[in-house]
Amino acid sequence: MDTVNKPARRVDALGKVLGESKYGADLKFDGMLYGKVLYTPYSHARILSIDTRSAAKLPGVEAVLTAADVPGLHTFGTVVPNQQVLAKEVVRYLGDGVAIVAATSPALAEKALALIKVEYKELATIFDPEEALAEGAPVLHDDSPGNIAAHHVLEKGEVEKGFAASDIILEREYKTQLVEHAYIEPEAAVVVPDPGRKGITVYGSIQNPFSCRKALSRMLGLKLNEVRVIQSFMGGSFGGKDEVMSAQCARAAMLALKTGRPVKMVNTREESLREGYKRHPYKLKYKVGVTREGKLMAMKIYIIADAGAYTAQTPFVTWRSVVQATGPYEVPHVRTDVYGAHTNNCYTSAFRGFGSPQIIFAQESLMDELAGELGMEPLELRRLNGYHQGSVTATGQTLDSHQVSLSEVVDKAVERSDYLRKFKEYANQKGRFRKGIGLACSFRGCSLGAEGVDATGAMVSVQYDGSVYVFAGLAENGQGLQTIFSQIAAEELGINVERVRFMETDTANIPDGGPTVASRSTIMGGNAVRIAAAKVRETLLGAVLGKLKASTEELAWGKDRIWVKEDPSRSISFEDAINEACSQGELLTELGWYKAPKVSWDDSHGQGNAYFTYVYGCQIAEVEVDTETGYTRVLKITAAHDVGRAINPETVRGQIYGGVAQGLGYALLEEVQQHEGEIKSKNFDEYLIPGIKDMPEIEAIIVENPDSYGPYGAKTIGEPTLEMTAPAIASAVAQATGRRVRQLPLDLERVLLGRSLQQDRYKRREGGC
Amino acid sequence: MNKLPVTLTVNGREYNLKVDGNERLLDTLRQRLGLTGTKEGCGVGECGACSVILDGNLVNSCMVLTGQCTGARVETVEGLGTAAKLHPLQQAFIDYNAVQCGFCTPGMLMAAKALLDKNPHPSEAEIRQGLSGVLCRCTGYKQIVDAVNAAAGEEG
Ligand code: FES
Ligand code: FES
Repeated sequence: MDTVNKPARRVDALGKVLGESKYGADLKFDGMLYGKVLYTPYSHARILSIDTRSAAKLPGVEAVLTAADVPGLHTFGTVVPNQQVLAKEVVRYLGDGVAIVAATSPALAEKALALIKVEYKELATIFDPEEALAEGAPVLHDDSPGNIAAHHVLEKGEVEKGFAASDIILEREYKTQLVEHAYIEPEAAVVVPDPGRKGITVYGSIQNPFSCRKALSRMLGLKLNEVRVIQSFMGGSFGGKDEVMSAQCARAAMLALKTGRPVKMVNTREESLREGYKRHPYKLKYKVGVTREGKLMAMKIYIIADAGAYTAQTPFVTWRSVVQATGPYEVPHVRTDVYGAHTNNCYTSAFRGFGSPQIIFAQESLMDELAGELGMEPLELRRLNGYHQGSVTATGQTLDSHQVSLSEVVDKAVERSDYLRKFKEYANQKGRFRKGIGLACSFRGCSLGAEGVDATGAMVSVQYDGSVYVFAGLAENGQGLQTIFSQIAAEELGINVERVRFMETDTANIPDGGPTVASRSTIMGGNAVRIAAAKVRETLLGAVLGKLKASTEELAWGKDRIWVKEDPSRSISFEDAINEACSQGELLTELGWYKAPKVSWDDSHGQGNAYFTYVYGCQIAEVEVDTETGYTRVLKITAAHDVGRAINPETVRGQIYGGVAQGLGYALLEEVQQHEGEIKSKNFDEYLIPGIKDMPEIEAIIVENPDSYGPYGAKTIGEPTLEMTAPAIASAVAQATGRRVRQLPLDLERVLLGRSLQQDRYKRREGGC
Repeated sequence: MNKLPVTLTVNGREYNLKVDGNERLLDTLRQRLGLTGTKEGCGVGECGACSVILDGNLVNSCMVLTGQCTGARVETVEGLGTAAKLHPLQQAFIDYNAVQCGFCTPGMLMAAKALLDKNPHPSEAEIRQGLSGVLCRCTGYKQIVDAVNAAAGEEG
């Protein structure tokens, strides 16, 4: 291979280092207006009246709109369309918008918002997901009785029998927190009315242009071909610029259609934190049964996720949780229930990991606790129960169609981190500063799995001067997709990657290929690019057969040439091959479409082949804890990930470093403080993400077991990188302090006292001090 | 509102402006001068996406009022290099895969430049200290540190 599996420079790096790449907030159009949103001051209330008259009279204000002005339906949502572009009758969380303004400057728009008068009647609120599921709780949505946003069941074997056959039974409860994506670029969009015809063009930091288009078409009453979404450069997304962007784009579109002028909307960080969805906080109850020898016999799991006010992707997020909740371990008897509960909190949806960071924190902490009970080393317990070739998962899937590399990733991480020696060395420490080492591993289903239809497309178009376009339905979110897809196209065509230009994702140019989520870009989109490029190559080969006097099978290609294998002197350049093909009237543009292999799912028992392939990873954390202050310093993270095949080892490493940083934040620093629905962490001074000095040494170990389904064997890397960091750190801290913290994040107080004082603080404040 | 007259130099070019008293340097650069390479991530001096060099010192341009900048020399990412002649830091950011989404990149580059201008051969700890005002959510910082380190070595 000439291009694939080799480091390549990011194709989008030049514009970014020059400061020339345009992000949503950088765009400017003639006559452009600025839009702003008025939010509800109540978490749950009925809107009695809205008076926009004085706002509308302000000079420079061009439109003031409410839910009554929505041209189409006022709701949207991938699974259950219950999210409102603007609240119609009822507001359900403090991020709900009730009115929007377009004015000639952002300051003027703000001013107009203050003049809008809204009358509300407060409704009973519910903020605790457990209470939300209880009888008699106020119900948020008529079509979700009992506030159930999602419920997934999994039943394998007979769990009570499993417990009866166990020697030791352990019950533990874990909790994870509300977490913000904290992409550095806040949400931004510009909507431009199409001149001279019905329709709009939408630009912005839109993670999933096709989901956005669908939502807009529904809410604006426009046909799909009247809504064109063109992605701008994205200042980070991590799953976070989906629904929130659909809402922002729809609002800007309403204002643009009303005024006939381009409208820009840019969130401040405060607005982003207030309105944008976040990662679900989970409460997880695990009961596990094991024999004296350490064989897992049964697991009973009960999980409640706080879905917040709207459904968004909660059913999908919690579905991944139900599939993976037992971890990469063989358990003959399992019963799992995962609920998503509606509350009047900020809604929650996709965030890198997608329902896995929570369960892995619980299940990997549990494995360590169980090892402690058994008097076994945590590693030994994992080896005894870990998946191997032919293992059967909790969903009844036999893992035999890919390389089950759990023990390989564990071995590599253990060796490179010197885990065994350090684990012994740190077992008995005295003094103020104590070290610890902890290990976590995971298996992860690739792409969407049985969550939904899984197919995507790409187009490769060779121009007659030898330059090449690649168009794809999946979108660059900063992760490096353009580079990966360009490398794949170049590899298939046998050309230098510099010839390839990747076009920004544009819903008018390529079929809907589903969302850029679930780390599906490389495995799904990469296959589509490969198919398209290979079709063009076949055409080129066919066109030069006469010239080279050979059959297709006799030809080889690469380095911008095509030649006869047996006689490389008989060759033709890429350009000449194109000329030949063009003179024969051949088409050098092809669409590649890739459909994921079959998966299956039985909803009533949670059984089936949930994903067509899986990846495995192991991370090991080494920490030093100041036992007087609770301050935890991470010394090193060793991260071994099987990626199938690294299309670009440098971007894979970049994904690992970045994922570990987010995992470290999840472990130690990050928690969106939310009290009675109000986000108290309003900006980066109150929501802390890891800075450059917080980051320890990270050793990234790329393990390659090519997968039969992936392009060149490549699978997935985006999400697994962050899902194991927190439990590895938690176990390292537990070793150092001798105390297990079962709740994230492991802030000073939890490490020192075993609990957080944060909620007490709110109570005290309300009490009047 | 009373407009303040301001004369300042941005990337070597002089501008005579009349600005509102509350106009931030960040808005002057982005809105007025069209220099959108400098980004806004928080508006409260926490993320460093808006970092520029003001009279040789790294500042958050969201926390600086343009009205106070008379006579000042401002350097932004647009003044760093061109496609034909990249600044060694820009080249190193490309070579070391230090760019993912790129939103923090202009701020990182300016922080790195401010550092190297004063300390051409920083240690890793000094690099981390010099860049500590800029947040990145994508890279985990490692490849950024490597890039700055390499660029420093090159300038020799
Ligand atoms: S925008 Fe200035 S520091 Fe964040
Ligand atoms: S590259 Fe995305 S924030 Fe740094």
